[in-house]
Amino acid sequence: MVSKGDAELILDVNDLSMRFDTKTIFEKLNFHLEEGSMTALLGPNGTGKTTLIRILMGMLAPVEGSYKFASDVRLGYVPQFRNIDSEYPLSIRAFIELNAPLFKTKKVREKVDYQLAETHLTSIQNTRMSEASGGQKQRVYLAQALLDHPNMIILDEATASLDPVAKTELMDLLKHLNKHHKITVLFVTHDIPLAKKYMTNYLYLNKGTVRQGKMSEFKEDFA
Amino acid sequence: MFQYEFMRYAFLASTFIAITCGVVGVYVVARSYAFLAHTLSEIGFAGAAFAVFIGIAPLWGMLLFTLLGSIGVGELSIHSDQKESSISAISALFIGLGVLFLAISNSNSRYATNILFGSIIGVDRQGVIQLIILSVIVLVMILLVQKNLNFDSFDHIGAIAHGVHTGFVGIIFLIALAMSVAIGAQIVGSLLVFILLTLPASTARYIGRTIPAMIAWSIVIALIGVWAGLYLGFITNWPVTFFIATIEVVIYLVAYAIHVIKHR
Repeated sequence: MVSKGDAELILDVNDLSMRFDTKTIFEKLNFHLEEGSMTALLGPNGTGKTTLIRILMGMLAPVEGSYKFASDVRLGYVPQFRNIDSEYPLSIRAFIELNAPLFKTKKVREKVDYQLAETHLTSIQNTRMSEASGGQKQRVYLAQALLDHPNMIILDEATASLDPVAKTELMDLLKHLNKHHKITVLFVTHDIPLAKKYMTNYLYLNKGTVRQGKMSEFKEDFA
Repeated sequence: MFQYEFMRYAFLASTFIAITCGVVGVYVVARSYAFLAHTLSEIGFAGAAFAVFIGIAPLWGMLLFTLLGSIGVGELSIHSDQKESSISAISALFIGLGVLFLAISNSNSRYATNILFGSIIGVDRQGVIQLIILSVIVLVMILLVQKNLNFDSFDHIGAIAHGVHTGFVGIIFLIALAMSVAIGAQIVGSLLVFILLTLPASTARYIGRTIPAMIAWSIVIALIGVWAGLYLGFITNWPVTFFIATIEVVIYLVAYAIHVIKHR
C-alpha cells in the first residue's frame, strides 16, 4: 500500500508526461487517488483524458514520469467505444461471459448470475446486445468488468450518450458499488452537473496540466 | 449408396470438413474475415496448381500457400489503410500464378476443374485420413485459444481492456483459417470454399445467441449442406459443389428473411 498523509492511496502519479511525435498531450502530471474515493476525471475534449487512462491501464507507455498503483489493486476498465452493430448476435449474458472461463461450471454461472443481479440485468439476460438500450449496454460492460472482482474501476465516458434516466441508474449503481463493495471509481466525463451530484473528488485535465480537489469546490476555468 | 467405397470416404471426409469449417466460420464471420477467406482460397488455388506442377498432391501445395498467405494477407488486412485494394491485388497475382502453373505443368483441364470446383468423390483412403487429421489439428488449435479467441472475436475492445493478447490469438486463428481453407477446398473446390466458411456461420448468427449455440448451428447447417449435396450429387450425377452452394444459400436466405420479418 502506498501511503501519503493519512489516507491510503490506490494510485500515485508522479511527473507523468505524454507526447505523440512533437505534440505534447500533457506535461509533468502529479496527482493521487485515495482508496474508496469517487473521482471524476474532467476536462474539455482532446485534453488527453483517454490517453491518460490508457497509460494507467498499461496500454500506452508514457514519455516520462511514473505511476504506481497499490500492490493489492485489481483494475477494472470500461472503455469508451464498443463495436456492437445492429446484427450483433450475442445475448447480454453471453457477452458478459466472454470474460468468464470457457467451461461454465456451477461456480462460474453463479458469479455471472450475481453480477447480472448487481447490474439489474437478470430479467433481460437473454436479450441480444444489439437490442439492448444504451443504458443497458453500459451496465453490461460494467458487469463484464466486475467479473474480475476489481477494487478499482475506470469508466471512460460511460454516460456520454445516455438519457437522464439511464444516467441516473448507472450512477446510482456506481455509488452502490463504491459504498457496499469498496470499489474506487475513476469516472471520465465532461458532464459537470452529473459529476457534482455523484462524485466526491475531481481531477481536471486542461492545457496539459492537472488540478485536483473536492468536487464540491470545483470551478471550471475556461481561461 | 453406401455400398460404394468412394461414397463412404466422401461422406466421412466431408463430415469432418463441415465440422471444421462450421466452427472456424463462426470466427470468420465474427471477425469480418469473409473477404480474407475468399482471398486465401484463391491463394490456395495457386498452391494446388503449384503442387501439380512440381508433382505432389494438391492438398500440400494448398496448405503451404495458404499458410504463408494467411500471415502476409492477414497482416495487410488488419493494418493496411488500403486493405481491399491490396488484397484484390494479391488475389489477382495468385490466380495468375495458378493459371501459369497449370499451363506449364501440362496437366489436363480436368485437373484444373477439380482444384477449382472440388472433387470429393475422388478422395481415397489416404486422403480421408489426411483430411481427418488436419481437421482435428484445426479443432484442437481453436480449442486451445478459444477463451481468448471468443473474447477477441466478439468484443475486440473489451478483450484489449482485459489484457488479452489479441495479436497472438489472431495469428493462431489465421493459421487455423489457412488450414481450413486448404481442407475445405478438397470438397467444394477453392473457388467455393468460402461458402462453407461463411454461410453456415452467417445463418447461425440469426439463430444462436451464445457462442456454443452459434457453433452448433453452424456445424449442423454445414453438415446438412454437404450430406444433402453428396446424396443429390450421387443420384443426379450433377456436381456436388452445385448442390452444397445452393443448399447453403437457400438456408441462409430463409434465416435472413425470417430475421427481417421478425424485426420489422
